[in-house]
Amino acid sequence: MPSQRWRDLAVQGLFAAGLLALLWWLLDVTATNMAERGIRSGFDFLNDPAGFTIGESLLPFDSADSTLWALAAGLANTLRVALPAILISTLLGTLVGLGRLSPNLLLRGLCAAYVETLRNVPLLLQLLAWYFVVTDLLPLASEALQLAPHVFLSKSGLSLPWLADGALFDLPLRGEMGISGGAAVTPEFLALLLGLSLYTAAYVAETVRAGILAVPRGQSDAALALGLTRVQLFRLVLLPQALRSIIPPLTNQQLSLTKNASLAVAIGYPDLVSVANTTLNQTGRAAECIALIMAVYLILSLLTAWLSAWLEQRSGRWAERS
Amino acid sequence: MRFPNIARTWPAAATLLLLLQFAPAHAGKTLDQVRQRAQLVCGVSTGVIGFSSADSQGRWNGLDVDVCRAIAAAVLNDPAKVKYVPLNAQQRFTALQSGEVDLLSRNTTWTLTRDASLGLHFTAVTYYDGQGFLVPKKLKVTSARQLKNAEICVQSGTTTEKNLSDWFKAQGIKIKPVVFEKFEASIKAFFSGRCQAYTTDASALAFIRSKEAPRPEDYLVLPELISKEPLGPVVRRGDDEWFAIVKWVIFALIEAEEYGITQANVDQMKAGTDPAIQRLLGSAEDSGKLLGLERDWAARAVKAVGNYGEMFQRNVGSASPLKLPRGLNALWNKGGLMYAPPVR
Ligand SMILES: N[C@@H](CCC(=O)N[C@@H](CS)C(=O)NCC(=O)O)C(=O)O
Repeated sequence: MPSQRWRDLAVQGLFAAGLLALLWWLLDVTATNMAERGIRSGFDFLNDPAGFTIGESLLPFDSADSTLWALAAGLANTLRVALPAILISTLLGTLVGLGRLSPNLLLRGLCAAYVETLRNVPLLLQLLAWYFVVTDLLPLASEALQLAPHVFLSKSGLSLPWLADGALFDLPLRGEMGISGGAAVTPEFLALLLGLSLYTAAYVAETVRAGILAVPRGQSDAALALGLTRVQLFRLVLLPQALRSIIPPLTNQQLSLTKNASLAVAIGYPDLVSVANTTLNQTGRAAECIALIMAVYLILSLLTAWLSAWLEQRSGRWAERS
Repeated sequence: MRFPNIARTWPAAATLLLLLQFAPAHAGKTLDQVRQRAQLVCGVSTGVIGFSSADSQGRWNGLDVDVCRAIAAAVLNDPAKVKYVPLNAQQRFTALQSGEVDLLSRNTTWTLTRDASLGLHFTAVTYYDGQGFLVPKKLKVTSARQLKNAEICVQSGTTTEKNLSDWFKAQGIKIKPVVFEKFEASIKAFFSGRCQAYTTDASALAFIRSKEAPRPEDYLVLPELISKEPLGPVVRRGDDEWFAIVKWVIFALIEAEEYGITQANVDQMKAGTDPAIQRLLGSAEDSGKLLGLERDWAARAVKAVGNYGEMFQRNVGSASPLKLPRGLNALWNKGGLMYAPPVR
């Protein structure tokens, strides 16, 4: 037995070493070839001033800040849209998934139609459609709708009072150029949030439905026969068991959502990939920028995998307890 | 499992990475390759009227396209032997680096970073441009200095993005860029009213206003030009012969204008007595052999697209819908900057 374990370990070790060597070789060849062609390389550009402006940013950003900080601002913008979208899509997707199992024919049909439509139209088209619908419908910034004192709605988005450094509040004001000051929920952000949430919800719905259907039918019948209400049946019998099969694909879908957020650049939202694109084009460091993007998404993937494993364990314990 | 988006959004960059692994650094002479396949592969824009755009039959035309045609005429004796590869702002350099195109002739600004760090060479300037602003007249703005707090639509992967930051910063004015990857989306957003201004090269603004605006008379190009945008064709480093060919075909077109050689009179001029003209057109000395071309290389180029002045008039000047003035692009002896070293 131990010799078998050693052999396994050795094989795995060899495989990992081989992979690393391959990676090393690829990097080396790339670097040499780039140098030979007069393409500059290196990560020194990260410390240089970015030199470009980011339209909306959660982190305070100025064009004199470093490129690294610009990328951080981009990542913050990615998370700013991905996290709420994960929440919304999970909630909405669960409701739609349950709707598909409802005894009510109309509800079932509606939910099925939702899933089929949203899954079959490419996400990019959905984002563009949302974006141009939102911007077409809203009034021009110079003719912004005033919803409340210092709250405006226009093509520039929803402008709200916000905390400021100097004064207590930074109030949006109507000027010649439209709205200035305050914080804005821009149409780019809104379209991306909406598009990602609704699209991913369709996949979540299917996962939830499949997860619940995977619980043997006899259990539902038995529970109902025991006098449990439908809500109790769901909460005490179906959900704890279904969760175990739902969580792994669900976390995968939410990871896809985060990656899909990189379509932001199509509709003018400055996410990580958009900022990295600009950096890539200003500095010409294509290989480096791609490597950075890949590293960030790899870390996000690993975090998600880890979170998924943790949730699975928890849900397992929960299932045993209930 | 679907592929992550990174692969989808950056196919060109990914290609580059792959090619860098396997393609040898000096993959044969570009001239030989072009001759062998009897076709020049030219990177152009996805559609900037006046510079490079395809008509309804898929025929490409414009100033940048004429440069490709002139080179095909000089090298292959047929201006039609060109394959056009439309590239957006972001894809263009990768396409050239990876060898997908022989030449990038696509409203591209010559800057230090691009010339010195991308493994590319700018050849010559074919259009002296500057960055400007397009605004709706309704905004009642007459100067870019009034664009305080404005949202400005812009395409990514251009020099435009950085100029925008620099200039407004120097003016002490805050603005908000809204950055799009695709040209179409950026102008669509502007014309739907999302931004108070659109910014890019002034030459392109002329086309955007006249061809893309729902009602051109509702829009105005502001008087300020906030940057220098010398546009010209780009080649890969490491092939000096090809670099020289592209550069000198352009110089020949400019010299042809200076000597009054036109598409119509080039054959008569060949038979003339002016030694400089005879040298350029190959009827006396053989200037072509220095470039590895036939002796009538320049005559063929002029015959294909006319001299620089004719190219200008037809594509962007008075004979075109854009009606751009010659301005900086007039010959050096007519008050402009167009000056070619002598073909001697
Ligand atoms: N000259 C500038 C800007 C050139 C540029 O790409 N302009 C845009 C906006 S007019 C364009 O041509 N877009 C068309 C496309 O992406 O195909 C540069 O070299 O960066």
